Amino acid sequence: MERIPILKFGDILLVTIQVDFHDRIALALQEDLTEKIVNLSAKGVLIDISALEMVDSFMGRVLGNIAKTSRLLDCYAVLVGMQPAIAITITELGVTLTGIHTALTAEAGIDLLNDMIKSKSNGKVHAKRQVAKWR
Amino acid sequence: MAIKSQEERAISAEEDIILVRNSVKRVTALLNFSLVNQTKIISAASELARNTLEHGKGGRAIIQLVNDPDRVGIRLTFEDHGPGIADINRALEDGFTTTRGMGLGLGGARRLMDEFVIESKENDGTTVSVTKWIEKS
Repeated sequence: MERIPILKFGDILLVTIQVDFHDRIALALQEDLTEKIVNLSAKGVLIDISALEMVDSFMGRVLGNIAKTSRLLDCYAVLVGMQPAIAITITELGVTLTGIHTALTAEAGIDLLNDMIKSKSNGKVHAKRQVAKWR
Repeated sequence: MAIKSQEERAISAEEDIILVRNSVKRVTALLNFSLVNQTKIISAASELARNTLEHGKGGRAIIQLVNDPDRVGIRLTFEDHGPGIADINRALEDGFTTTRGMGLGLGGARRLMDEFVIESKENDGTTVSVTKWIEKS
């Protein structure tokens, strides 16, 4: 079966979705990615969807699940390269992708991942709690 | 309204959803829909084709290029002979799902298109027809 390649780049895994993302490929990606996150102790996943011409609610759900699953495995996920027409369409469709981090380009996505990984190792993840104390 | 051309695709496996999307994409490009509208129509087709496969246990998609005096459009009809929908109003609500989707299929497709017609009979099947128009310039 066709599978989407996952490339390792330091602590980050890179996934570029270029094929027609049908249901089985999407679910296989979710499995492959969680396995690699654990086996390679990856700290971040960059998912590039710039080649996709549409995202429907099923794909939206898979992308959202990948982000949530990654987070459970101590890994951040950033979605990059969404076409503007897709952003408009999935909003109207009602796909919210709540909690998923995004960046416009792969480069900006890598920067965001590195920032998140760095601030976590610096112990800044409790920033929210500090804000709460200040009030 | 006149039907200028028509194409039919069976929906019996996941891969057929992609074939439906590709056929729809070809027609939307032919009609010169804007990129945003092309994306909306293809997404609606994907949602409805998945419904036909998963809820209707398969069926067919009919892709038509339709023509009015002042506008042209694409009409997509999805037919199945599955269990039908007991409560159509509820099925149109966001979040209503009986399978693994987000439950946005019907309501979402309705929002993405200009016209939406659904007919369903329990134990007999469901037909959903959606249309998007473009003014003739």
